[in-house]
Amino acid sequence: MAAVMRLVYRSSLSSAMGQKYVAFSSTAKVKAASVRAGQALPEKVKIVEVGPRDGLQNEKTMVPTETKINLIDMLSASGLPVIEATSFVSPKWVPQMADQVEVMKGIDRKPGVSYPVLTPNLKGFQAAIKAGASEVAIFGAASELFSKKNINCSVDESLQRFDEVMKAAKEAGVPVRGYVSCVLGCPYEGKVAPEKVAHVAKRLYSMGCYEISLGDTIGVGTPGSMSKMLEAVSREVPVNALAVHCHDTYGQALANILVALQMGISVVDSSVAGLGGCPYAQGASGNVATEDVVYMLHGLGIQTGVDLSKLMDAGAFICRTLNRKTNSKVAQATCKL
Amino acid sequence: MGNVPTTVKHCLSYEQIIQDYPWLKRWLLEEKTNTGHEFPEFVKIVEVGPRDGLQNEKEIVPTGVKIQLIDMLSGTGLPVIEATSFVSSKWVPQMADHTDVLRGIQRAPHVRYPVLTPNMQGFQDAVAAGATEVAVFGSASETFSKKNINCSIDESMLRFKEVINTAKERQIPVRGYVSCALGCPHEGYIEPSKVSEVAKSLYELGCYEISLGDTIGVGTPGSMFKMLQSVMKEVPTNALAVHCHDTYGQALPNILTALQMGVCVVDSAVAGLGGCPYAQGSSGNVSTEDVLYMLHGMGIETGVNLAKVIEAGDFICNALRRETNSKVAKARGRTL
Repeated sequence: MAAVMRLVYRSSLSSAMGQKYVAFSSTAKVKAASVRAGQALPEKVKIVEVGPRDGLQNEKTMVPTETKINLIDMLSASGLPVIEATSFVSPKWVPQMADQVEVMKGIDRKPGVSYPVLTPNLKGFQAAIKAGASEVAIFGAASELFSKKNINCSVDESLQRFDEVMKAAKEAGVPVRGYVSCVLGCPYEGKVAPEKVAHVAKRLYSMGCYEISLGDTIGVGTPGSMSKMLEAVSREVPVNALAVHCHDTYGQALANILVALQMGISVVDSSVAGLGGCPYAQGASGNVATEDVVYMLHGLGIQTGVDLSKLMDAGAFICRTLNRKTNSKVAQATCKL
Repeated sequence: MGNVPTTVKHCLSYEQIIQDYPWLKRWLLEEKTNTGHEFPEFVKIVEVGPRDGLQNEKEIVPTGVKIQLIDMLSGTGLPVIEATSFVSSKWVPQMADHTDVLRGIQRAPHVRYPVLTPNMQGFQDAVAAGATEVAVFGSASETFSKKNINCSIDESMLRFKEVINTAKERQIPVRGYVSCALGCPHEGYIEPSKVSEVAKSLYELGCYEISLGDTIGVGTPGSMFKMLQSVMKEVPTNALAVHCHDTYGQALPNILTALQMGVCVVDSAVAGLGGCPYAQGSSGNVSTEDVLYMLHGMGIETGVNLAKVIEAGDFICNALRRETNSKVAKARGRTL
């Protein structure tokens, strides 16, 4: 019954939003199953490129400021609409992001492109604004243990800390993006209840975040857990304010992203060359590679505005500098060495 | 069963209706089951590592190692393990020990061990070595067929007809493969209608199952959907399998799409063995471990023990002195 209601909801929603349909199968036997595969997908997907921040933050090699700026400029040229530039966190905690101000001031801001930065507290927010930031991001965890181990306080306490950031951002007219981590599993707690994710997402949304990015922090999610979680969250937050941030640690990212698209999500976070390993599984991959996501989306006829070959150039550049192989399969396949 | 009360049609709250009409919950559940789940409840995994995987590995693997790999895989619960290929050793040196492998493995009950038989010679050798199931390989691309097996698609069908008819007489089931189902390294885009034509021919010749292969891994959920739509008009869904390559990282979303369309047989290779011969250094087969992780995470049963597959994968990667292509194996091996 829920499935029927979901279908009805989605078909009325999609006709209003002009989403495209993939033709349904004709044989009755297959019809029920192929309804899902034939479900309306968004015509456009916004890619939020997190390589320069989330990606580099998790790379062991220290990257010179010049390189970071070059990378961001190359990414700007590839057509990406949003590029997370840096993080205004204390360099004591994240030395990779110590050059936050120089990076922010040094990049060539392409008109129409957004360059959000992470601001974990009011101090970070003020430093960000001073350095010229025009969009910021805050984060909460869906797991209590993860929150305590990561930032030393409960989930509710962490959200309260962000109250002052939200207030200052509102006054300054600066949009704020919210992140929720551990939405499909926690390295300490294991399973995470979808309702908990929905609760945190709702809090961030009602605090004033214009978009909530749901992060599978350790990449354990599968299409099953992704759809259950999104069902719960989309009851509390409108689906057009949601994004997915999938990690590819268990190879599930693209499948999870596909399911999210089928459920109406049209914003996807990814990282050029799949930069950023997983701090919880040594040597394993972390972020999903932007090249692989774009390949899939373009193959589905979905517009992203991204030039895949320019994107691959940026990926090749940063991998050369980091002296490491790309994590993107598309990049590996097309580069026949 | 009685009439559906009018209250249901007026859409009162679900909880209230269930309270008033407790039988309704079971009725709705039955209806849901009868119209088909969103995904299959059970997926059969066809393990192609020992054949398709090893065939594409540069390092020649000793017979003893091949046998040990297959024996380890036999202990995981995998229902089908493609053991070897009765192709001329001149063309595929890795499979030169086909007879020794087939005779050397310990065949587990309830596990099938198909072998590739490209022609009558291969078929006869396979039967002499004890094969109880065989497979033939067609292509959806004329150019690929000519370059790979030196004949047109139609000519290859004639060859297979001979094999299949002989197999029928001996009651040996035959599986059919269609390569280049989502793209060809020479021709590029392949029309879905061409794929269905070849699939249909193989099915009508007598293959019990048709495995549709994305040989160069270029497919995406969009092209997978269109191709399957076309093929399902000619071949029953329960006789279809997908054989996805992960060269562009698209294998799992492509498999997911196939499952959503009712396909319930998936080919994969332990540790993602077998690179892509058309994109040097790239990956080929999708890893069995990663497929299992996804299926189990979705509540789909396979009968396979993931931990034991990871063990088999570790074994063969050690023997090949290479890293696994499976992300699940990598992550599980290194969790802090």
